[in-house]
Amino acid sequence: MSGHSTYIPKSDLARWFESRLPIIGLIHSSFIVFPNPRNLNYWWTFGGILAFMLMSQIVTGVVLVMHYTPETTLAFDSVEHIMRDVNYGWLLRYAHANGASMFFIAVYIHMFRGFYYGSYKAPREVLWLLGVVIYLLMMATGFMGYVLPWGQMSFWGATVITSLFSAIPVVGNSITTWLWGGYSVDNATLNRFFSLHYLLPFMILGVVILHIWALHVAGPGNPVGVEKKSPKDTLAFHPYFTVKDGFALVCFLIFYAWFVFYIPNFLGDADNYIEANPLQTPVHIVPEWYYLPFYAILRSIPSKLGGVIAMFGAIVLFAFLPWLDRSPVRSGNYRPVFKIFFWIFVAVTLALGYIGSQPPEGNMVLYGQLLTAYYFIFFLVILPLIGLFETPLPLPASIAESVLSPVKPPAAPAAATSSAEH
Amino acid sequence: MATETMVEPTRRDFLFIATGAAGAIAVGSIVWPLIDQMNPDASTLAAANTEVDLANIAEGQIVTVKWRGKPVFVRHRTQKEIDAARAVPMSELRDPATDESRAQKPEWLIVIGICTHLGCVPLGHQGQYDGWFCPCHGSVYDTAARIRQGPAPYNLYLPPYKFLSDSKVSIG
Repeated sequence: MSGHSTYIPKSDLARWFESRLPIIGLIHSSFIVFPNPRNLNYWWTFGGILAFMLMSQIVTGVVLVMHYTPETTLAFDSVEHIMRDVNYGWLLRYAHANGASMFFIAVYIHMFRGFYYGSYKAPREVLWLLGVVIYLLMMATGFMGYVLPWGQMSFWGATVITSLFSAIPVVGNSITTWLWGGYSVDNATLNRFFSLHYLLPFMILGVVILHIWALHVAGPGNPVGVEKKSPKDTLAFHPYFTVKDGFALVCFLIFYAWFVFYIPNFLGDADNYIEANPLQTPVHIVPEWYYLPFYAILRSIPSKLGGVIAMFGAIVLFAFLPWLDRSPVRSGNYRPVFKIFFWIFVAVTLALGYIGSQPPEGNMVLYGQLLTAYYFIFFLVILPLIGLFETPLPLPASIAESVLSPVKPPAAPAAATSSAEH
Repeated sequence: MATETMVEPTRRDFLFIATGAAGAIAVGSIVWPLIDQMNPDASTLAAANTEVDLANIAEGQIVTVKWRGKPVFVRHRTQKEIDAARAVPMSELRDPATDESRAQKPEWLIVIGICTHLGCVPLGHQGQYDGWFCPCHGSVYDTAARIRQGPAPYNLYLPPYKFLSDSKVSIG
């Protein structure tokens, strides 16, 4: 996708095929000779890790469906049947359940990498927006997947999340009834969630293909945020980045395997090993860890509709990043003020996650409200203002210069210049 | 602006609009069944009434019965609980409703046991007003199941019900 392919078919058969469907040339130009910026660091390996996790979730998921029963009186038992009776069922289920968490760990690192290095800036806005769409689809898929084992947290999580829609004025209750297919979360709900949980990963796969396509139009960003200008700035995708991505993937898989084999229930909730009971709410309902910051925002607003708007708004704000951050400099490495507020934002998001996991009592509510305020102020006030007032550090002339001639830009004079300007 | 020209509609314009309209109706009539199939089906709508024998419910006790897949609380209120509910001025209520409008017979309070915030089942005899307390997000209801504190916007909903006799009620 970087101009025309340099692939030269070697055999008659390959030539015959390539002239009819030039897919090998497409793969060759996209993943073999594609010129990547030579300075990509390990934060750039999470795209490949995510592609692996998507395939791994699809494979384990398709296999689990061969043994699962989507019916309220049988679902819970069929999951236990997978755990106890099915050959390697315990491995497949633990790999799938923890795989969802690994998928989200990787996607959060990938998103914050994009945030820090300004990966959403022109000409990569559409690439970023496709990423936001993938993230939304992942959230829906993860939520519906968690409902399928039909434990107490499955049931009550589904009840709370679907009831969010009842906050919509006038039509809210009709929408909720429509989502449920009844007057409460029940068999109809379980069946449709199962159907959609199977469908959405393939929609994610489709959007991922668009995401990679858009990535290969502009080419990846890089840690200094200066566009590639000459062949000196780049290295071929293979072997340089296949090896780097591969090494990072192996490290990530070790981490994943540690969860699957040693602490498979660490990220789960014990209440989900109790079968769903529509007449009894667990004492403390928490969603899966990857939704906790948004759950904390939901609970921080003392109004039903306001809380729901704030929660969805907190997610949708990511889509507006390319237009909220007006700084012409991409990389956070060269943005001294942005860097500070960015790391505060990361800390605030993690703290919101912790608060979301705690019962809404005492000071937790107040802390949640303060952190929620920072979350929105950062996006809507701080970020646009930094773009206007910040003096960025001097950028290197090219990627090659930043890597090959590590002439530290004379730090003291540069700082003196920028402070003299003000 | 350039000169305004009135072009006589042609037979082709008519065909465009007619085809477009027919296409829109066709698409709509295909899409609607695909959407409406998700609404409650006939067996769900036909869910039978639930009858409750009140003779077994002691004063002060709350019994939970299932109606249309949802919990319904049948509370045999004490005189103290009734008095507490009736003493509240309307101005203190988020969703104002008199206690008389909430219970056909003062000693029997029958409400749908679903928090109007996000659908959890509140716990009886808890919270500041000794009515209900929702463990999910901290909504507090009084002894007439009216919302008093927390994020829920409305009182617990009332199901349709009628007394068949002094000791029997039919919900639904």
